[in-house]
Amino acid sequence: MKINTLGRHFKEGLKNIARNGWMTLASVSAVMITLLILGVFILLAMNVEHMANVIENQVEISVALDLGIEEEEISQLEKEIRTMDGVKSVVFVSKEEGLEQLKERFGKDAYLLEGLEEENPLNDIFLVQAFEPQKTGVVADQIAKLSKVEEVDYGKGTVEKLFMVTNWVRNIGLVFILGLAFTAMFLIANTIKITIYARRREIEIMKLVGATNWFIRWPFFVEGFLLGVIGSILPIILLIVGYQALLDNLTTSLTISFLEFLPLYPLAYQISLLLMGIGAFIGVWGSMMSVRRFLKV
Amino acid sequence: MSKGYDRLLAYNEYKFNIEIQQGREVRKMIEMFDVWKKYSNGVFALQGVNITIDKGEFVYVVGPSGAGKSTFIKLMYREERPTKGQIFLNGFNVERLKEKQIPMIRRSIGVVFQDYRLLPNLSVFENVAFAMEVIEAPKKLIKKRVPEVLELVGLKDKITSMPNQLSGGEQQRVSLARALINSPSIIIADEPTGNLDPDTSYEIMELFEKVNYKGTTIVMATHNREIVNNMKKRVVAIEGGKVVRDVQRGDYGYEN
Repeated sequence: MKINTLGRHFKEGLKNIARNGWMTLASVSAVMITLLILGVFILLAMNVEHMANVIENQVEISVALDLGIEEEEISQLEKEIRTMDGVKSVVFVSKEEGLEQLKERFGKDAYLLEGLEEENPLNDIFLVQAFEPQKTGVVADQIAKLSKVEEVDYGKGTVEKLFMVTNWVRNIGLVFILGLAFTAMFLIANTIKITIYARRREIEIMKLVGATNWFIRWPFFVEGFLLGVIGSILPIILLIVGYQALLDNLTTSLTISFLEFLPLYPLAYQISLLLMGIGAFIGVWGSMMSVRRFLKV
Repeated sequence: MSKGYDRLLAYNEYKFNIEIQQGREVRKMIEMFDVWKKYSNGVFALQGVNITIDKGEFVYVVGPSGAGKSTFIKLMYREERPTKGQIFLNGFNVERLKEKQIPMIRRSIGVVFQDYRLLPNLSVFENVAFAMEVIEAPKKLIKKRVPEVLELVGLKDKITSMPNQLSGGEQQRVSLARALINSPSIIIADEPTGNLDPDTSYEIMELFEKVNYKGTTIVMATHNREIVNNMKKRVVAIEGGKVVRDVQRGDYGYEN
């Protein structure tokens, strides 16, 4: 294909967009509405995913050591745990530190703990995190088998339930997004089909005077691409502005500790690229699907 | 030169070389052998048509409505495909063409319709130039050739008009110019004077004569009794899907 021809296809595509004003508006609106809804769901899903990750990452195994354990044995044990498969981090909390933390948590009632320094009833503990939070149980079982370990606790039962919930949330989000993406595709394909139907005569004549199929397709390709990209701009702006407002409101009014939202950047870039990409893809796909019918002369 | 236009030239040269190699000129423009056409609703539009049309001929196709005239015409530019039988166009078997060759073959055919089929949002110049752009002809050539052809059909002063500003006869001239622009070896016309008054019809027919005189084969389906009787060309009559009459210097042969 010549550069000249490529220029012609681009010009034709642009001209068609301008010429079919109402149909362009209809197609772009269809793209905008569906992308907006899709965008809201993607943002929601990304945040839910993020929060699920944050919650999961808070799951840790508390390994209580035998009361009379020697320091050498402690470092030996730490080494053993560190070299285990799937262990991400090991933090040692001595019984003195443990008591301090406990006092902090008690706050003004800390006097209740007075006098415990001499006869500290707490165990030295390791706080262990697994690389994959979902494998916490397996790691905990392994640690429990080691000697000099008195007790292993990671909230058995509760943690499994938590993981079940986060998995469900993820799957439902995915199903929703896929469903919406397909709806968007068919909606847009149909709108574009109407615009192309109005121009079937043009295609017919092109075929009759000997245009190749790709020569006919290119302007529609350009048109679909542009419709998709143009249609994605407004939803992107709305989503970013809306998300920013949401973040501002949440941080000033209610601060819920475990509800940690994703920061605006780089999320804004990701969602812009994603929506523009989806818009362009369904625009091109829709117009290619629709033009196909009329190429069979 | 652009690729598409190169291809057209290459195609013409290829044809020419074959003719040279065979030591003869291919004389036949269209050949049909036992062509049948059955539509999906079960109607047989054509039942065993055999015909040969030589290069440079002017052929009228006549017959009552619904007798298979249109199907016969549509098979020639491959808008319809035969259910059975073989069709040769300029020595090429139309049914054996590869997908890529079809546009090339179409470039050697000009088609004119009863309803002109102009694009309403393009000017006269653009409507004609369209057919050249589509085969990727160089811009310079388009600018030179379009006014030439428009002059040939007598529309030089309407070059910037829009189709809806033109009379029926003028619109048909534009459509003929579009058919002629790529110098086809055959023009296929389906009732080109069907929507025109007798005087205008005559003017259009004179144009077709002029084009034919320059060597272009013309096949025209028509209901116009006076014109057929006056022009004294070859007449092919189709009735019930069969060729029932095929005479040189013939008459229309039906009462209107």
